Amino acid sequence: MNLTLRIWRQKGPEDKGRMVTYQVDDVSPDMSFLEMLDVLNERLILAGDEPVAFDHDCREGICGACGMVINGNAHGPQKMTTACQLHMRHFADGETIDIEPWRARAFPVVKDLVVNRGSLDKIIAAGGYITAPTGSAPEAHSTPVAKANADAAFESAACIGCGACVAACPNGSGMLFTAAKVTQLSLLPQGQPERFTRVIGMVDAHDEAGFGGCTNAGECTAVCPKGIPLNTIGRLNRDYLKATAKRGDNTPGS
Amino acid sequence: MDLYTEGDPIADAKAPDGPIETRWDRRRFEAKLVNPANRRKMTVIVVGTGLAGGSAAATLAEQGYRVRSYCYQDSPRRAHSIAAQGGINAAKNYRNDGDSVHRLFYDTVKGGDFRSRESNVHRLAEVSVNIIDQCVAQGVPFAREYGGLLDTRSFGGAQVQRTFYARGQTGQQLLLGAYQALERQIGLGNVEMNSRHEMLELVIVDGKARGIVVRDLVTGEISTEMADAVVLASGGYGNVFYLSTNAKGCNVTATWRAHRKGAYFANPCYTQIHPTCIPVSGDHQSKLTLMSESLRNDGRVWVPKAKGDDRAPRDIPEDERDYYLERIYPSFGNLVPRDIASRAAKNVCDEGRGVGPTNLGVYLDFADAINRLGRKAIEAKYGNLFEMYERITGEDPYEVPMRIYPAVHYTMGGLWVDYDLQSTIPGLFVIGEANFSDHGANRLGASALMQGLADGYFVLPSTIANYLAASPLDAVDASHPEALAARADVEDRITRLLAVNGDRTVDSFHRELGQIMWEHCGMERSEAGLRKAIDEIRALREQFWQRVRVPGDGEGLNQSLEKAGRVADFFELAELMCIDALHREESCGGHFRAEHQTPDGEAQRDDDRFAYVAAWEYTGTGEPAVLHKEDLKFEYVHPTQRSYK
Repeated sequence: MNLTLRIWRQKGPEDKGRMVTYQVDDVSPDMSFLEMLDVLNERLILAGDEPVAFDHDCREGICGACGMVINGNAHGPQKMTTACQLHMRHFADGETIDIEPWRARAFPVVKDLVVNRGSLDKIIAAGGYITAPTGSAPEAHSTPVAKANADAAFESAACIGCGACVAACPNGSGMLFTAAKVTQLSLLPQGQPERFTRVIGMVDAHDEAGFGGCTNAGECTAVCPKGIPLNTIGRLNRDYLKATAKRGDNTPGS
Repeated sequence: MDLYTEGDPIADAKAPDGPIETRWDRRRFEAKLVNPANRRKMTVIVVGTGLAGGSAAATLAEQGYRVRSYCYQDSPRRAHSIAAQGGINAAKNYRNDGDSVHRLFYDTVKGGDFRSRESNVHRLAEVSVNIIDQCVAQGVPFAREYGGLLDTRSFGGAQVQRTFYARGQTGQQLLLGAYQALERQIGLGNVEMNSRHEMLELVIVDGKARGIVVRDLVTGEISTEMADAVVLASGGYGNVFYLSTNAKGCNVTATWRAHRKGAYFANPCYTQIHPTCIPVSGDHQSKLTLMSESLRNDGRVWVPKAKGDDRAPRDIPEDERDYYLERIYPSFGNLVPRDIASRAAKNVCDEGRGVGPTNLGVYLDFADAINRLGRKAIEAKYGNLFEMYERITGEDPYEVPMRIYPAVHYTMGGLWVDYDLQSTIPGLFVIGEANFSDHGANRLGASALMQGLADGYFVLPSTIANYLAASPLDAVDASHPEALAARADVEDRITRLLAVNGDRTVDSFHRELGQIMWEHCGMERSEAGLRKAIDEIRALREQFWQRVRVPGDGEGLNQSLEKAGRVADFFELAELMCIDALHREESCGGHFRAEHQTPDGEAQRDDDRFAYVAAWEYTGTGEPAVLHKEDLKFEYVHPTQRSYK
């Protein structure tokens, strides 16, 4: 296949950036999208140009490192698929493909297609955990967990933290990411003691990090490579409402 | 010139004696403790944030130490432990199927082909049960039964169901548990997290590890960070083969730099080739994708009986198929250990019976399981793996059998450590895949996650205290002459890499190195092949330093420069791997020497000559390394020829 790529090039955070056009010929349909970019980069290096910087690591759709907007879609055209798992057989010979970084206030561009997603870690640090210092755990079978809850918790826990939801959201909101973790932990008995402080801490950190608010546009779940459902946000909202009603209330039994 | 010389034997000075069940307890009791008020004054550097590094950093911070954590990824959550699929072993015996700490210990020593330390492995089996408790308390969503209790399954080579799992994403869920514990400590200000930082040198002061030199991958800034102890949790070195199931960034640099500074490197030739990976599709291939070994529980491995049979798999009648694992190994069948399954696949492909476009593949067929259990049950167990396979190959494994082929997956070798997980450099501790300690010559399925978390949550946090309590250390800072020298070395190396400005890319060298290693130091090794490989590696390394082109400068994000430094270190490691493989004139576990096999083609150990750990001392690039032998004693598991027939 022969392709025309239009790629966002930006030297650094201060650079304004621009789309640059490249021709890439002899692309195999069995290549992954990132392998196609590898081919481009090797040619650029040998031609004396700077290769295109992009984040990637596991290349099997689980680490969440890769992420780029391909023809206007976060991670490209194939549903439930990260950019590294997208293969060139889904494109047509002669096609022009636009490749851009995640664009969101909370994800400043570092270089080319690389953005800083440290804001997602800050949300987790503000409550996305269960406090269980090493050594303090009871016997694993002392608390059974209903299979339906365990399975649903797993579905939410499958989030890979890639940030596609933020890139797709018209408001640049990180609510699907936040809600996935809130949902996982609130479905488990182990997560109950911190259930309400957690949701407040995480939502506050989300807002402070520069993410926008959620207006239920639903773009996030449409691009999520792991299919995190929109109803997690409903669950977060219910917990948040209860939590704000309880704020400051330390009454035992409340 | 000799390839190596032999030095004094090495012994594990911390290894306790007495009944094996009591050794870990006794070591913990004998270890000195650090007063909680003093822990606040001590800094520990942890390099790597996978299962071992993430859990160690979180636990040390919980205990009150000041922790500085480093990873090259943009977030600690992305360390490659995240990609582990199948599960984690633990001797809980929830199935009442005869499992016990002793059986997990026994299976692991045997599975490692009697090339691991009994004391370490027993401790691993003991601690395994605590890991499951810890992870459940953190909210790791393990698979459960309808009664609400944890589900388990049997896994590659085990006859008991001791493997806990979270669908095909167990590594992800365990890592997120450790990551969340780590983020909690970051939020509390107990851990200073430095993501997108790469360790490029170790700083040794007065014979003790006191710091590291790191490069900020975004700004290019080089800095020196000092501490009371350094923990390396930087993973394995499978990417020396270029194509492996490792993430693209996985590298040996942290451990290799420590090796160059005096840490012995043990058993580098012990690499694990995983039998169930998606075959290579072309020259563009940048990595290989594992299909979890759990698939072998329900999938049946076969090739056509006839050579060159290129009919579609469904058109090949039952009696013209060779279910070769079931045929050769009737009692273990498709569940034989990884090294055996991998070599069997190579053998049938070498015979000309391989399948797929390259004839380097065998079928993994689920038709029987789907008939027996129904498509829904198979979907529930393996749905995500089947989807991944289809995304990569464009074929639907519910309809067409998967094609699989072995690929490099894990490295059992690593920096030599004593029972306390301390390297030959005092104050330098090594945990997880980065050390050599527990898996011998072959790791059992679902044991990597167990070892990473055992080291990080439970072993290191106990043993490091003994070092910190016993060693009143002088205050040193980054202006110490040793620290300045280490930093100058790093800057000099970067300058040299950028200055070559040749005509070949880093990747082209890496691919060529990988081909040499796969060809001669892969599934089957021979003296002639290894000698050839050593010559080729040396010649290619010379070419690398004359012809590599690293564009850009050292000032900002430069992914080519990062790769160049890692590949330069792989060149040196590759040579040592071949020397280690050459000197070990026996076959054991993942190390298969063509000259040493039983009449029916199984690995032939030589316990009289080789029941030792080979710990290598660095003497200079291209200079003969010095071999130090640590004799292995087997008091509880008597070495036998492994048989899975």
